[in-house]
Amino acid sequence: MFSPAIAWREYPQRYRLEAARCTKCGKILYPPRLVCPQCGARTFETVVLPREGKVLTYTVVRVPPTGFSEQTPLPIALVELANGVRVMVQIADVADPESLTIGMPVRLEFRRINSDGEAGVIFYGHKAVRA
Amino acid sequence: MRDVAVIGTGMVHFGELWSDPLRKIWAGAALAALDDAGVKTVDHITIGCMSSGLFTGQEHLASLLADEAGLNGVPATRVESACASGGLALRTGFAEIAAGLADVVLVTGVEKMTDVDGAAATYALGTAADQQWEGFHGITFPGLYAMLARIHMQRHGTTIEQLAQVAVKNHANGRLNPHAQYHLKVTVESVLESTLVADPLHLLDCSPITDGAAALVLASVDKARELGRAKPLVRITGSGLATDSIALANRADLGELAAVRKAAERAYAMAGRKPADIDLVEVHDCFTIAEIMATEALGFFAPGDGGPAVERGDTAIGGKIPVNTSGGLKAKGHPVGATGVAQAVEIVSQLRGAAGERQVKGAKIGMTQNMGGSGGSSVVHILEVE
Repeated sequence: MFSPAIAWREYPQRYRLEAARCTKCGKILYPPRLVCPQCGARTFETVVLPREGKVLTYTVVRVPPTGFSEQTPLPIALVELANGVRVMVQIADVADPESLTIGMPVRLEFRRINSDGEAGVIFYGHKAVRA
Repeated sequence: MRDVAVIGTGMVHFGELWSDPLRKIWAGAALAALDDAGVKTVDHITIGCMSSGLFTGQEHLASLLADEAGLNGVPATRVESACASGGLALRTGFAEIAAGLADVVLVTGVEKMTDVDGAAATYALGTAADQQWEGFHGITFPGLYAMLARIHMQRHGTTIEQLAQVAVKNHANGRLNPHAQYHLKVTVESVLESTLVADPLHLLDCSPITDGAAALVLASVDKARELGRAKPLVRITGSGLATDSIALANRADLGELAAVRKAAERAYAMAGRKPADIDLVEVHDCFTIAEIMATEALGFFAPGDGGPAVERGDTAIGGKIPVNTSGGLKAKGHPVGATGVAQAVEIVSQLRGAAGERQVKGAKIGMTQNMGGSGGSSVVHILEVE
């Protein structure tokens, strides 16, 4: 479910990769939360995620959800960024899905994710590309 | 805490039930369980259903279904934990009786999935994943399990042939279950030749879209004795529930299903049992990799040995620990809210010695393991026959 309000309130995370760093234990939360799951503290400072990381695991979605049929087959990875934060992202510009590997270095780039028919909103965010 | 027994079971044939609406499918299972128990009314009804709203446009099931069963006015509670909703309904009914709030409870699970098209069904199921931060990028349920499979394969050398053998075994068991959706013969070759859904998972690694319902009647052991039962009394001796992050990005270890491990630890502790005591288990094989990872998390096999165990025949009927004698979600079908209850229906049938051709000889202690999403929740129960 997507709406203009959802798109708007998530701009800081989706567009600018803003995360919250716990001022007590240093754990970085993306997206931000009200309480640190590691130490229970409730004060945070805003930090920006690094763009470099590596593929922890991946798949190629062949039967896509609604709105992604033009992008199928769709390589998606769980990427561990340089600061240890993990993000679920598409891997863009993949000519040969067979060439993907666990451990592959990637870099996040700002891209169009999807355009939603009902809400009439174009969703932007980050995708991974081979570093 | 009071002792709890299962005194009745019922389920409908699982499948694409085009002729029947949710309420009729549910009532078929509920009435069968009430008849099996020989009771006309109950003190409470629990209903596990993941998403009747998205699948059929109907919520407020507790009242709708109590009325449908001729039990208007009886307290009813609908519970939801994605694909573990049925297991949660069982635990909720168990808790009602254990706590002394009720003597007899009708525990049910239901899902009507075929009134919407494939895209809408995929969307509804997808709501069990973290939609905002993972689903947003186009990941699907098969995709999430494919990611877990990829890690298991890399870490332990698990092969796609071992994954396929889970499907082969469960479809072979399903051929012996008259309630199962599919009675197909499946081979390793046919699994590997089926369409890739999300690499490395093929279509035949996935459980299907299914309509169905299952039901149990639970009673306190004292009440069960008072009712006087001809069939062997099956007690629920252990119940465990656990949660985990539904976003894979937040999981501590992507190589295990921590919620399953924790739920099992709690159930084993309550029952005073260990993995070696269990004679058979129904696990949540929504995808073939899920069965392998679940059998490891439940303690039947060491991490990484779940794949080789299938190859050795350890999980077949007649093996060390028969897994999914019913055919599992793979062959019996996976009406998501009904699954956790249907697993218990199979175990009770086995413990009563009434499982026909798929009977595990001498089965005394059985287990069910139901799971929500990609392991974001799990419910484990241990059942024992007197």
